[in-house]
Amino acid sequence: MTARPNSFRAGPDENGHFGIYGGRFVAETLMPLILELEQAYGEAKTDPAFRAELEGWFRDYVGRPSPLYFAERLTDHLGGARIYFKRDELNHTGAHKINNCIGQILLARRMGKTRIIAETGAGQHGVATATVAARFGMECVVYMGERDIERQQPNVFRMRLLGAEVRPVGSGSKTLKDAMNEALRDWVTNVETTFYLIGSVAGPHPYPAMVRDFQSVIGEETRRQILEKEGRLPDVLVAAVGGGSNAMGLFHPFLDEEAVRIIAVEAAGLGIDTGKHAAAMTAGRPGVLHGSRSYLMQDEDGQIVEPHSISAGLDYPGIGPEHAWLKDMGRIEVTAVTDRQALDAFALCSRLEGILPALEPAHALARVIELAPTLSRDTILVVNLCGRGDKDIYTVAEAMGVRL
Amino acid sequence: MSRRIEARFAELRRAGRAGLVTFLVAGDPDMTTFEEILAGLPAAGADIIEIGMPFSDPMADGPSVQAGYLRALEAGTKLRRILPAVRRFRARDDETPIVLMGYYNPIWNYGRLQFLEDARAAGVDGLIVVDLPPEEDAELCLPARERDLAFIRLATPTTDDARLPKVLANSSGFLYYVSITGITGAAAPVPTLVAEAVARIRARTDLPIAVGFGIREPAQAAAIARHADAAVVGSALVDLVARHLDPEGRATPRLVPAVHDKVRALAAAIAGVNRS
Repeated sequence: MTARPNSFRAGPDENGHFGIYGGRFVAETLMPLILELEQAYGEAKTDPAFRAELEGWFRDYVGRPSPLYFAERLTDHLGGARIYFKRDELNHTGAHKINNCIGQILLARRMGKTRIIAETGAGQHGVATATVAARFGMECVVYMGERDIERQQPNVFRMRLLGAEVRPVGSGSKTLKDAMNEALRDWVTNVETTFYLIGSVAGPHPYPAMVRDFQSVIGEETRRQILEKEGRLPDVLVAAVGGGSNAMGLFHPFLDEEAVRIIAVEAAGLGIDTGKHAAAMTAGRPGVLHGSRSYLMQDEDGQIVEPHSISAGLDYPGIGPEHAWLKDMGRIEVTAVTDRQALDAFALCSRLEGILPALEPAHALARVIELAPTLSRDTILVVNLCGRGDKDIYTVAEAMGVRL
Repeated sequence: MSRRIEARFAELRRAGRAGLVTFLVAGDPDMTTFEEILAGLPAAGADIIEIGMPFSDPMADGPSVQAGYLRALEAGTKLRRILPAVRRFRARDDETPIVLMGYYNPIWNYGRLQFLEDARAAGVDGLIVVDLPPEEDAELCLPARERDLAFIRLATPTTDDARLPKVLANSSGFLYYVSITGITGAAAPVPTLVAEAVARIRARTDLPIAVGFGIREPAQAAAIARHADAAVVGSALVDLVARHLDPEGRATPRLVPAVHDKVRALAAAIAGVNRS
């Protein structure tokens, strides 16, 4: 498409664009808020006190750094690349989502906001948001699609225990995208008090860049840890992408390391050719939704198509704009694995490593299972184990025909 | 063409009254019924006709308009079927301005420049694209103006004096003041706050100012018409469509007259306001 840039890490430009992607496609009511947020984040980012505060919370509350773990039995079983897990499933609340939530709530407090709203799909971002809202003493409303509420009951209860109000969203497909529409409607209605805590590297500028920055702690730690353990950088990085925040967090610090192969794994659902999937980059086209331009699942008229994935966290029709740009630039490889492959990977990881992965990183593991045997034994591969699978046992049981 | 909008506001000024802008969703509940509604709107008293282009994810709209978009999509409404409906209207009425309102993705997907050409050829006068703020003017606003299509911008209670010039800079046709912070069809506007806001905006632009969001009843429309150059009524009309469907979601015989009756009542209330 365009010439290779000097750095893949310089974006976005001042208007929030990554190439043709990103931007600020929002209603006028929200524009002043987004500009205010951009300014506040710009100041916080360069304030050493903010950075130190964030690091303190990462260490003492989230439990960072998360370990980089050599998955010896999986490595032996697959007989190829040396596989490491970046264990963000060990964070407080059981997923990487908390990294971003801590960052944004510190910013919300700095901006004098008192009410937090969020959207959630699988419920992990909702739980992480409810967690930080409880800790910082703020009112919290989480929008969640009715269909997701049904399949993620434990997380709904968790959020309520944490004092958040979970508002069911019955419009559209009743999933993550509709929850995001409803959160945006709340935000335009309650502009004075409310901070919208977006959970992925999506939405209008500055969210994609801001969420990426907060999640980049994953990749920064990985870099330090792999140098300690192996004395060199990894050869391959693999992560699942729904909106793309865990993947961007792992990838971003390595984007300018040309020798590092980077693989994003989308949800192929029942199979790309069935149309029942959530693989926006594999099978979608560029479009505009939720404040930014990126790859989208849409019909020939530009209406958004309902995605499908067994993993509620990947069940989103779009993808963060920076991923879209990196795909077009050829810097990341994009592949997709099916529900079935993810379930098989879930089972294998549980039995070999004693770790129940969430269904989201199970997608990344499924790709690793295909790929690792084709790579030499001195190849170093890091996969982002971005969430734990406890929340998914009901879904997995149902897929196995087991009644709990 | 934007001249129809200019001519209409000039006419309203001469008549000493405010205008009525009606909003309905294209293809709601089906294209035939919609075109029947459309054809009768000018006679019922609509001065400017806004047509909603359905989108699956209308993030600035409340439940009424969301439901209208959904009904239209289920009836098979596509962007490429809306423009011919405008052309058929235009064949009979060359004066009533038509403004298309919607979200950017279907337009971008259609091909934004092709859309502008086709919209102009069909007889569209202006566009309101909810998710294109001034920061994204290069996308559609500037190309639309080059083709003599008005690009009507929304100003809101959050648009302060510092930001207003940016909102006004490339606006044309008229300015649409959103009377509340919120979604369509939600809270009712407070007339005194609207009066202040309109005065504040009027000090900075010669564009006519239409006020909308939350105006449902003739008395509310009249209160707004005291201050604004036009009042916009949308959700209340879309609700009337919803209330006149049979259990299978098909239009009943009362639907079209019910919408026209409501428009007549709104127009009469606005016409009763002396603005001199």
